Parts: sequence; structure tokens; C-alpha cells
Amino acid sequence: MSTRYDVVVCGAGPAGLAAAAAAAAAGARVALIDAQANPGGQIWRPSVLLPPTAAARRAMTRTLGAGRVDFRPQAQVIAAGEGEVLIESTQSAERLRYCSLVIATGARELLLPFPGWTLPGVTGAGGLQALAKQGWPLAGRRVVVAGSGPLLLAAAASLHRHGARVLAVLEQAPPAAIRRFASRLTLWPGQALQALALRATLRAAPYRCGEHVRSAHGATQLEQVEVCGRRGSYAIRCDHLAIGYGLVPNIELAQLLGCRLDESRAHARVITDDCMRTSVRGVYAAGEVRGIGGWQAARIEGEIAGHAAAGALRPVAALQRRLRLRRRFAQLLEDCFTLDERVRTLADADTVICRCEQVPLRALAGYADLRAAKLATRCGMGPCQGRICGAALAATGHLARDRVRVPLFPARLSTLADSFDIAAAETDA
Amino acid sequence: MTVRLEVDGRAVEVPDGATVAAAVALVSPVFGRSSRGAPRAPLCGMGVCFECRLTIDGVPGRRACIEPARAGMQVRTHE
Repeated sequence: MSTRYDVVVCGAGPAGLAAAAAAAAAGARVALIDAQANPGGQIWRPSVLLPPTAAARRAMTRTLGAGRVDFRPQAQVIAAGEGEVLIESTQSAERLRYCSLVIATGARELLLPFPGWTLPGVTGAGGLQALAKQGWPLAGRRVVVAGSGPLLLAAAASLHRHGARVLAVLEQAPPAAIRRFASRLTLWPGQALQALALRATLRAAPYRCGEHVRSAHGATQLEQVEVCGRRGSYAIRCDHLAIGYGLVPNIELAQLLGCRLDESRAHARVITDDCMRTSVRGVYAAGEVRGIGGWQAARIEGEIAGHAAAGALRPVAALQRRLRLRRRFAQLLEDCFTLDERVRTLADADTVICRCEQVPLRALAGYADLRAAKLATRCGMGPCQGRICGAALAATGHLARDRVRVPLFPARLSTLADSFDIAAAETDA
Repeated sequence: MTVRLEVDGRAVEVPDGATVAAAVALVSPVFGRSSRGAPRAPLCGMGVCFECRLTIDGVPGRRACIEPARAGMQVRTHE
């Protein structure tokens, strides 16, 4: 089955919602697809307990309210080629043909391996927040939030509002870096106010900079974490460890299509021009795939991409000015929350790196890149297809990333059968 | 509003809008086992890591963290 659209938008977070709305407003026939059951992405994921924010509500109504956008929930891109993507939904697979494609696939959490990180009870920081919003029982549960970046505070506050007892927030960046970050926040008063509000929500939980979780312990589930503190090590007994070291752009679809990437840092990002055009004709990218910048930047980029993808020649200069200020904020984040060498070397020889295939760090010694390691050890060959271990190995400086291949996600055989002629367009990106 | 479903034969009730992961968490901290038998449970919470895979209505390999809980679902952990 194949359906033709003017614009196909992948990802229904802030960037994708804005892109779909802008393209539809310009008169384009638009499909918006997302792996989740609800629009909003990670940041605007609906909560079973709390009402949506005003910005989230406005964006959803604007994009989906008028019925001009064909929203496809619980659908993932399995393969992509020139002018078409193959998507798989819960029940079926379908080809969507497009004139323009907007890649707004967002980001995932950077999860770094450490002894005990496979124990039930250890999750991402945003990960536990996502679970909590969707009904995960947290009332009265003791939670340690750790890792790096401003999302830790947001996650901790959200967990608190969902009933958790947040015992501590541990930020690996040193106090001096956090002070530098705070002092520059005056340029972004909205962000500064938000940080203060989050801190107020978390009055009871200490925020400790320059500290990190060294290991997690428990028999069949988490019981205790070992913290490397500024005045020595100490243990905290807890039910959950919510730990994230920042975000990794989800560039796989762009890479599969052969879009040029900026690979100068640990995690690649998609290169675009000011109108969000990638190096591949008809393919646009917006939001975190262009480098982590936050939802405000994503929303602006989505709007620009949506106009451009629909061929609507509208003045985007004002949007681009707003965007530059947002992107400066992203640079500030990158400068202040640099990962310390100590958190990049937590895994010992026996620590499982590839959780899918159970490959320990010791098995990975001596390989030049993840591809070589994969062929010999199966590292990165499981269902997550190296999304977790590949990002971790790149961030910790062990192995360079592998290229991507079809299928982009595990798929049903019937879907794969439908992908053969699309897969022929696969590049060696 | 709540949704009733079964996890490993036990009836559980979760709020409307909850995922299968939330329903399983009410029954067991362990969702499955690694190839070497180590206990596993959700990690990323957003459909990326596949650590929460289980069997829903007879279909294996479904991700509990992105699957909305629906009335009458039969869920089997890989525990």
C-alpha cells in the first residue's frame, strides 16, 4: 500500500508539530508520523496525573485540531529511499511517498555504562520521567537523580510531582561550571525563572555538583547506589536511580538517506542551511537532530522547515534571529556540562556495554570501530541496533560509531519483504 | 477512568493513558532476562533500548514502554 503526500514529517515533538502545522497552513498535504501513541515527543508527553503545559496544548491544537494533518501514531520508519519511506504500525506496513521529508526525530538520552547499570530500577533520568508520566507507580518511592545537564532538575521536579521521594540530584559538572552557567542565564530570563521554579519544587532534595554515581547494587533489583562525592564516597539506599548524561541526536534516518553530518563531536548531527535543507534534495531537518538546542529552538526550526518543505516562500528572517539566540543557549549548555573524564571511565572490564547481546567491555578491546567489534562480538547487533551502546562507546572514547542499515528498527518479516526495492537505494553513509 | 488487563495471569488496573510498562511494574520489578539470565527492566522509557520487551496478546517482542495499556490485554513478561 502506498499513499502520496506533499510533506511527510517524521517525529511529532515540538519541531515536527511546528513543521506539520506550517506546511499544512501553506496548503500542503501532510503526514506526521511518530513511534509513540500520542503527539508531543519526549518533552510534551502527556501525563496521567498532570495537565499539559500551555505551549504543548497550543502546539497540538494548532497542528492536529483542524484535521489538515494526517497523524500516524505508533508508526516507525523502517526503510527510506528517494521520495518514499516505509513505515510500520502496530498492525500494518505502508509506503508514504513524499515531495519533501522533514526529519524531526529528536534525541534520546545518553546512558553511560557503569557497574550495576543493568539492574532493574536503573533507568534514564528522562526515561523515568517518561515512565512516570505514563502511569509507572512512583508514590513514596525513593529516587536518586544523577548524571548531567539541566534536564536533571526538570526530571527530578517531574518525578516529585508524580509522587516520588527525590533523595538527591547529583550533577557531575563541578560547582564552578554550574556557577558559570547560572551567571550567563540572564540572557535567557525564561530559562532562569524555570530553573528557580524547579529548584523551589525540589526544596527537600539536595542538588550536589561535582558528584556522580559510581555503581549500583542489589540482588534482583536496585537497592543502593555508591556515590563518588566531593568529600569521599558514600552510599544512598534507593528504589530507583534516574541517570542521564545529556542527549544524543537521533540521526539514523538522516544518515540512511545520505544527509551530510557534522561528525566533529562525539555524537553526529545533521547539517542544514538556514532554511533547514539538508544536503539531500527534498529532505529537511529540524530540532535536536541538528544538535541539542531545546524545545524552543526545535519549534522555530520546525516552523522554518515546514514553510520551506511546502515550498512557501515566506520571510523567515525573524524566525532565524530568534533561533540564533536559542542556539547560543545550546552552546552554553555544551560548554558548561562537559563530561568529566571520571564518568567516562566508570565501566570496568566486566561491565556489560551492549545490553542486548550481553557484551562486556573486555571483549571490545583491540577493535578499530564499532563495525569491526560488531562482526566479532555481536556488540550493537541486538534490537536497539547499537543506539544505546554505540552512543556510549562514542561518548566514552572507546569506539567510533557504525553506519546505519535497513531496517532502522526491528520489523516484521512481511514489512521487510516490502522494503527490498527501497533498501536498494541504501547509501554507504 | 482505569483500564483492567492481565499480567502473567494477574489482574491489574492502571489509569487510562498508562502504558503496559506501568501495569507490569505493579506486578514485577523484572520484565525479562538477559541471554545470561540477568534480570532486566525498562531503561530508556521511550522505545529506544528494547529492554522492556514482552509478549502482548501472543505477540512477542513488543515494547511495554510505548504500548498503551488497553482493556483485556494479556501480557506475559519474559521473566
